[in-house]
Amino acid sequence: MLLLENVRKSYREPSGARLPILDIEHFALSPGEQVVLCGSSGGGKTTLLNCLAGLTTVDDGRILIGGHDITAMAEVARDRYRARSIGYVFQTFNLLPAFTALENVLLGMTFTGQKADPRRAAQWLENLGLGARLQHKPEALSVGEQQRVSVARALVNRPLLLLADEPTANVDTGHQQQIIDLLREACQHENIAMLLVTHSPEVASQFERVEQLEQVNRIKKCLSGK
Amino acid sequence: MQQRTLASLLTGLSMALGVALMILVIVIHDVTVDQLDTDAQGYHLIVGGKGGELQLVMSTVFHLGRPLMPIPYSYYKKFVDGPFAQYVEAAIPYCLGDSYQAAGQQFRVIGTTPGLFTKIAYGSRADGTPKHYTFQAGRNFQTDHFFEAVLGAVAARKTGLKVGDTFRPTHGISGRGDRHDQFTVVGILDPTGTANDRALFINIEGFYLLAGHALSAAPAAAQAPSTEGGPPAAATILAPTSRAAVRKTPLDAVSQALQHHPVPEEQREVTSILVLCKDAFGPMVLDQKINKGSDRIAQAIAPAAVVTRLKETIVGPVRMVLLILTVLIVIVAGLSILVSIYNSMSERSHDIAVMRALGASRTAVMSIILVESILLALLGGVTGVLLGHTILALAAPSIESHAGITLHFWQFSWQEVLLIPGLMAFAALVGFLPALTAYRTDVARSLGK
Repeated sequence: MLLLENVRKSYREPSGARLPILDIEHFALSPGEQVVLCGSSGGGKTTLLNCLAGLTTVDDGRILIGGHDITAMAEVARDRYRARSIGYVFQTFNLLPAFTALENVLLGMTFTGQKADPRRAAQWLENLGLGARLQHKPEALSVGEQQRVSVARALVNRPLLLLADEPTANVDTGHQQQIIDLLREACQHENIAMLLVTHSPEVASQFERVEQLEQVNRIKKCLSGK
Repeated sequence: MQQRTLASLLTGLSMALGVALMILVIVIHDVTVDQLDTDAQGYHLIVGGKGGELQLVMSTVFHLGRPLMPIPYSYYKKFVDGPFAQYVEAAIPYCLGDSYQAAGQQFRVIGTTPGLFTKIAYGSRADGTPKHYTFQAGRNFQTDHFFEAVLGAVAARKTGLKVGDTFRPTHGISGRGDRHDQFTVVGILDPTGTANDRALFINIEGFYLLAGHALSAAPAAAQAPSTEGGPPAAATILAPTSRAAVRKTPLDAVSQALQHHPVPEEQREVTSILVLCKDAFGPMVLDQKINKGSDRIAQAIAPAAVVTRLKETIVGPVRMVLLILTVLIVIVAGLSILVSIYNSMSERSHDIAVMRALGASRTAVMSIILVESILLALLGGVTGVLLGHTILALAAPSIESHAGITLHFWQFSWQEVLLIPGLMAFAALVGFLPALTAYRTDVARSLGK
């Protein structure tokens, strides 16, 4: 389902020199597989997720998702493919503050090229226990509710791959487990592959497959923030 | 926009005010020009006393300003059965100088003959056929019914006078003069869209019988020779020019003595004459004879030419200056859209990055910014159009009273049709810079903020 081959990514430093971030010879996920990616800060985890989402272009190599090489796609096609086939759950939820919970989920359907379906969006929110909070704006929702809205937004299009970038980093321990359970159940139910980045040993210990980025990535040391 | 309601509303409001000003300038100019064109139709020449051409046109055609010095009635007779008659289809005398005040507004009272409404037109239709006066109520006044009057449509509506009602004109145009004998309204004209809508027309015979309007017999006789070639007796004036016209008969004498008999012609004067010629050469011949001949009593002017000069020398340039100012205001308002959106781009970069992460293309987020800019301009533009027309409607009575221009809320100019698309194009232009910023948003970096 997900296959990385000889993927290289580097950033240009102010001096003009290239700073290598990623050098991954091979990395793969099967359909519906749930994998945790761990690693030290600045190790390139977020960069890897951005490359997988097509938000950042790689210098070299191939990234195949569902058999489609997103590195060979034009940007517009990659954007459309991301909208349809990749869900993204962020550490800070990234809900749009001016939109209601329902509108935030609908936003996830807006860029797929198909008509947004309010009933399906509402159904996802109801499934996640937010049936009574559809018209509430993020500021009126608790942290846990906000994260559930972001999960609904990421999964509403039934993507092939869910990328979760430290989704429990900003929540307390009680909510942390709820969110992990929610993501795992939803992905399992919809047969969605999940790559979850976390620093939490408690979270990582719940997954059958845990990958250390340092073991996957041939670049062993990066600058923090990259 | 929703997120920045106050900023968006203020930006839209500044655009609305600029557009409203532009609407006012465009509509008032168009109505003014239209009225200038319409009012000066139906006859070839205006003959009046020596003085400013513009003053003659303004007082005779638009019923504004002070009339010029009157000319002897004998001069008017030249057009009826004298040497000029061969060129003339119709000559309508005007005696100006009285007014009538009602409902806080002042209306001009014009002494004239019934021929005004039967012999000349007040304009022409698109196919060139003349538009003749018609009555919405009653009839034309009759020559031998001295104290009959016909009202313009607006004058009738504003004064509340109906057929059968009576009114007393006031001596002079200031509205503070003595009140004359009463006239009976016998007819109300259909609206013509000209300044005549706001006037009250009384039988010229009755006008002469009013106190202070006829010359006394002796000075009139003395003046008589002058009409044949010498200069006019400047002091023998009608009501409008000066209350110090010492050679007038005592206020009550004429009206009392001659109430039921026409004033002798030698005691009459007219302020101006509307002349409709028989053919296209008539105006040229009369222009030659009146303006360039030995007879220096009067002047003849072609109102259309004066109106054209008025438009070219005053109305047009004033409009252009005002239009440039309003365009500058709209440009400033447009730039405020640019500043407003551009300033918000840093706080919006995160939302844009989220949308990009959800699959929005660069052109999609660029379009969102452009649409916001265009929507703001549209909102401001439509509000401005409505605001402009509301101001027009609210200011209409005052403008009508002071400038003689009739305005309505629904008075649209064809240029307004171009205004909204123009604004939207302008908004797209000013929105391009922030839209480009959205286009270039670094998603990975903005998501990390």
